[in-house]
Amino acid sequence: MSAHTLSSANKPQPFSLADWWSRNQRKVIPYIFLAPFLLSFVIFTVYPAGVSLFLSFQRTRGFQQAEQGGGVVLEYKGWANYERLLTKDKRFREAMINGAEFWLGTLLVQMPLALAVALALNSPNIRFRILGRLAFFAPYITSAVVVGWIFRFVYDQNFGWMNSALAQLGIEGPAWIRDANLVMPSLIILGLWTWVGFNSLFFLAGLQNVPDDLKEAARIDGASTVRVFWHITIPFLRPVFVFVVVTGGIGSFSLFSQPYLLLDFPNTGPFDSGLFPLMYLYDMGFLNIRMGYASAIGYILTVVILIITGMQLLLFRLWKV
Amino acid sequence: MFKRKGKSAMGASRVSVMTMNTIVLVGVLLCAIPFVYMISASFRREGDLYKLPVTVYPREWTMHNFHTLFEKTEYVRWYGNTIFTASIRTVLGVYLAALAGAAFAKYDFRFKRFFFFLVLATLTLPFHMLLIPLFLLMRDFGWVDNYLAIIVPGMVNVFNIFLMRQYIESVPDELMDAARIDGASEIGMFHRIILPLVRPALGVVGILTFVWTWNDFLWPLVVLHDDAKYLLSNGIATMDGPYEVETGAIMAGSFLATLPIIIVFLLMQRQIIAGLTQGAIRG
Repeated sequence: MSAHTLSSANKPQPFSLADWWSRNQRKVIPYIFLAPFLLSFVIFTVYPAGVSLFLSFQRTRGFQQAEQGGGVVLEYKGWANYERLLTKDKRFREAMINGAEFWLGTLLVQMPLALAVALALNSPNIRFRILGRLAFFAPYITSAVVVGWIFRFVYDQNFGWMNSALAQLGIEGPAWIRDANLVMPSLIILGLWTWVGFNSLFFLAGLQNVPDDLKEAARIDGASTVRVFWHITIPFLRPVFVFVVVTGGIGSFSLFSQPYLLLDFPNTGPFDSGLFPLMYLYDMGFLNIRMGYASAIGYILTVVILIITGMQLLLFRLWKV
Repeated sequence: MFKRKGKSAMGASRVSVMTMNTIVLVGVLLCAIPFVYMISASFRREGDLYKLPVTVYPREWTMHNFHTLFEKTEYVRWYGNTIFTASIRTVLGVYLAALAGAAFAKYDFRFKRFFFFLVLATLTLPFHMLLIPLFLLMRDFGWVDNYLAIIVPGMVNVFNIFLMRQYIESVPDELMDAARIDGASEIGMFHRIILPLVRPALGVVGILTFVWTWNDFLWPLVVLHDDAKYLLSNGIATMDGPYEVETGAIMAGSFLATLPIIIVFLLMQRQIIAGLTQGAIRG
């Protein structure tokens, strides 16, 4: 407390909120700015996560009478939901395997293709830049529902454009989404169409961040194009790889709208070949009203996604060294 | 971002230029074909669509599908619903993301690192794991079949906060300090200095939010049950069910629903792509 405050205490002033505010607003304002985020975080993330955890240990036993509210009657079942999901539930296992297959497709096909397209776009003397940018971005901003519908028709065995194109090449087209072995490739092709161009724009932005003089210097020192690519370009693309790989992993396991429309949910393809974890969660929670079981699916799915994301980040950290 | 880098004369042989151009052109064509199918099918009669040999152009152009869409389904209403909710959510979402972004970019306060960690953690969590409890919450709020359920829960988007923080960091501190000396309030500065300076970023975040809301399917599917309340995505997804409309009408609905998004993108492609990719490059 300074002397100034003491002297002003002689002539007592009423506490003025406006005064206090003008002195302290800089300290207080960030909390006010953040309040909507924090409120929303507590109400729409923390609280539901808690409810979900509670529910995941319950089982739906029945329903209340309508006059009592028509709610769900729950019963504590301990780890039963988790146990069942992890050991007995074949559909859940199938859904997780399908997620993993799609993820592998993303990593092994989509990533290299996206990088190739980006390298092509980044090379000198490329025409159709503006057209390319529109064409590669358009699939990403198109509603997944629309994409699902279009591909359902495109994959039609007799009248779809896929098989018509194959027929031009003299190949008799398969049944695509009606063939258990081809549902996943069909979905991966749909995924390629949606995301290769989009991801290539990320790689392209990364490529344009690689300093030209560095490549120049390496070339003058006699490094081959391949060596420049491996030792300069690729390391510079690291953050883009992290982003594309991590979002690809999360996206693969949370695929929903595309298979929903493509396979005409509640159909999930022959032998559940197009069943994805979120579809199963939706099926259990909303069509079968087994909220507890569905919550447990949500938790297992989240843990799997977190583990995969963590593993990927760890690998990228090792790469940095 | 498609600026030419490097020296075009250097090392670019005729063959490699051709190869690269071919790759890009084939890519463009492959991207375009499903859209061509959609547009072409919109103007065909069902018989034309399911007749061999398959043709790219309609044998006979017709507006029949659009009539079906407007007369047999609630399409126009779904369109209005979607514009209404997406607009409100966009305006609120951009404003709130800018507020949080400004707090992280321009102020020091306790728990700043912790709060930012919360943002990053939420960013990696799949929102849909909370589908069941969020639905139950909406039911308790009485928000089922209410657009508050679409607008409010996803309104504060952590990805947008992340983007806004990066943009707002570029606002000079000196400018804000000078305004403080002139007696500007912190809230006044937010509206009169920060927001005008990051206007392009507001556009990018706004368009992204609008497109995400426009395209979202799973959440509206869960909280909207009355088909008069549907958004475009629900409406189009169910068109084969109660309305029993044909392929052509579904494609016509898809076409009209995609059109505004593509047009907006055409107008702002440079800013949108730069805004999206910026975060990823910086890591």
